[in-house]
Amino acid sequence: MTAAAAALRVERLSVEFRTRSGLVRALDNVSFSVRKGETIALVGESGSGKSVTAYAIMGILDLAGRVTNGQVMFGEIDLLAASPKQLAAVRGRQISMIFQNPRTALNPIRPVGRQIADVFIRHAKVPAREASGQAIEMLRAVGITDPARRASAYPFELSGGMCQRVMIAIALAAKPSLLIADEPTTGLDVTTQAVIMDLIADLAAELGMATIFITHDLALASQRATRIAVMHAGHVVEDAPIADLFAQPRHPYTAELIAATPDSAASLDELAAIPGSLPDLRRSDLPPCRYSERCPRKTEHCAQPLPQTAVGAEHIVACWNPLPVYAPLKRAIGAS
Amino acid sequence: MTVLLDLDHVSKFFPVGGGPNQLARLKRRLSGGAERLSKVYAVDNVSFVINKGETVGLVGESGCGKSTLVRALTRLLDVTDGSIKLGARQLALKPARVFARDRDRARIQMVFQDAGDSINPRFTAFDAIADSLRRLRHIRGKALKERVETVASQCGLPLALLSRFPHQLSGGQRARVGIARAIAVEPDLLVLDEPTAALDVSVQVVILQLLQQLKRDLGMSYLFVSHDLSVVRLLCDRVMVMYLGKIVESGPARTVFERPWHPYTQALVAAVPRFAGEATERLRLKGEPRSPIDPDPNVCRFYGRCPISASDCKTKAPALRRFGNRHVACHFAEEFVVQRIGPVHEAQATPQI
Repeated sequence: MTAAAAALRVERLSVEFRTRSGLVRALDNVSFSVRKGETIALVGESGSGKSVTAYAIMGILDLAGRVTNGQVMFGEIDLLAASPKQLAAVRGRQISMIFQNPRTALNPIRPVGRQIADVFIRHAKVPAREASGQAIEMLRAVGITDPARRASAYPFELSGGMCQRVMIAIALAAKPSLLIADEPTTGLDVTTQAVIMDLIADLAAELGMATIFITHDLALASQRATRIAVMHAGHVVEDAPIADLFAQPRHPYTAELIAATPDSAASLDELAAIPGSLPDLRRSDLPPCRYSERCPRKTEHCAQPLPQTAVGAEHIVACWNPLPVYAPLKRAIGAS
Repeated sequence: MTVLLDLDHVSKFFPVGGGPNQLARLKRRLSGGAERLSKVYAVDNVSFVINKGETVGLVGESGCGKSTLVRALTRLLDVTDGSIKLGARQLALKPARVFARDRDRARIQMVFQDAGDSINPRFTAFDAIADSLRRLRHIRGKALKERVETVASQCGLPLALLSRFPHQLSGGQRARVGIARAIAVEPDLLVLDEPTAALDVSVQVVILQLLQQLKRDLGMSYLFVSHDLSVVRLLCDRVMVMYLGKIVESGPARTVFERPWHPYTQALVAAVPRFAGEATERLRLKGEPRSPIDPDPNVCRFYGRCPISASDCKTKAPALRRFGNRHVACHFAEEFVVQRIGPVHEAQATPQI
């Protein structure tokens, strides 16, 4: 992949958090990139570092967090080295973010129309008089009925699905070239989820936007992304196009994750639990491969620094002993 | 099959105050007129049975009345109308506060949504499990300790963790405490309200398998409330789909999800994310649900959002009708039924599922 085609390139990003009980190594050498118009999904269980990645890209890490290594290249700008002024020009205008819980992310004491108008005034240099009219148009674009009336509503007066639409309107008001959607539909009903995800996909296609879609739902990611980066304990363990990842997962953790998703099984007995749990990221003796202590395929190689093995076109796996090609999933073995 | 729990025409309405009509209401009251409060029809005329040893799923979107229905049938909430029979005994007339000390309290137990929120933070895991045994079984001392330890190991909770407080336990361990607490008093019916919603997939698998194992060992009936259809499909024998206070479809879980008949169920099934490669029908619901406040009894609750929305739908609310082992509340159910299984001779309106 050429650098020119990439809308965002994250390279060897490492993040640490200082806590009272020690240093938490939340991200370790995370690399991935997203091209213009492409949707990449970051998938993993809670605590795998998905949201921390997004926050680090946006430069909104908690004060206890610190980027210790790496680059985040947005075009020619390294977001991690950029001045606050440069960042302010990029954030909200060229890169925007949909946060996990719209009810807490929206300002509770301002009408939603004004919160959208703020974006127009700040980033599109629209005069304040015209901004409210554009905010109403934006509400209409995200499918809110009776937008003129809803614009003066406060977040508590709207349902969860509508709040999420407002959040999307705010994120897309400045027509960004990169959207980060952090669990945009968690906590919504499946019917609303489908509508919201359609909306994001349609607007992204219309604006030619690159999207980083963060989710814990592998099935949802498989429907909505072109590529998936699977995260485990602060590592990207596998990064592959959708079809390759499901036809041929090479990292043992990816295979376990697929086999644990209810959608994959015909009965409950076929579902396979993932043995072990995430390692404590405060430990000073974390092995290079943070999955190795749970891994059935562990070898003596695993004590060496993690490889980034290209096993196919745009298919990268961080494993010394990847699953062989055509090795069926666990459940397939059980069924035969 | 023996009927364990029988709900007949159960309704629960909540009065709503405030709002733009408050002034009008005040005027009416001052002028001596009768005051009429608006009501939220949270559960509206719902009837069904749960048989012994059966796992029934209850699905529907947030705000459809799942939780109210569950709270009514576990007798945490008083019903407005209707009958709730546990075996031969009528429970609907007993106020919830009285039922809390009833001898049958132990027979219906509940596992709440987020074990982190529903376990008293000042109780250790031991106390959380022992609480119901103390109150309902009046066990003390050594017998209590033995029973708690038996239940904890049945739920796969290491005994060493019994002295810990909820915040010292992981999500999966807390879920186990929530289940152990509920099954400690040997209930006949266990109501599970989204027991795995807060858990990661890898932990979810373990908890679901634990629930299945416990059911095999103890022979309880389950009422499993969830919005995750792929989980309901795996765990449940039968499923009921709820929409705005009404049950709109019910039947064997697998057939309902493979061939949904009610348009709402069809949209629900179509919206469930599937692994790539499987074709998904793009049936999308438009708009927001109708208001549950004083709904027009002659309009189908799904009218306006439903892709059919014919003229009949706003003049006559569809009744829940039986088709073989399934029930559907839609005027146009025949069209789907006929398409799939050939003509139905007589579709009769039935009060029960």
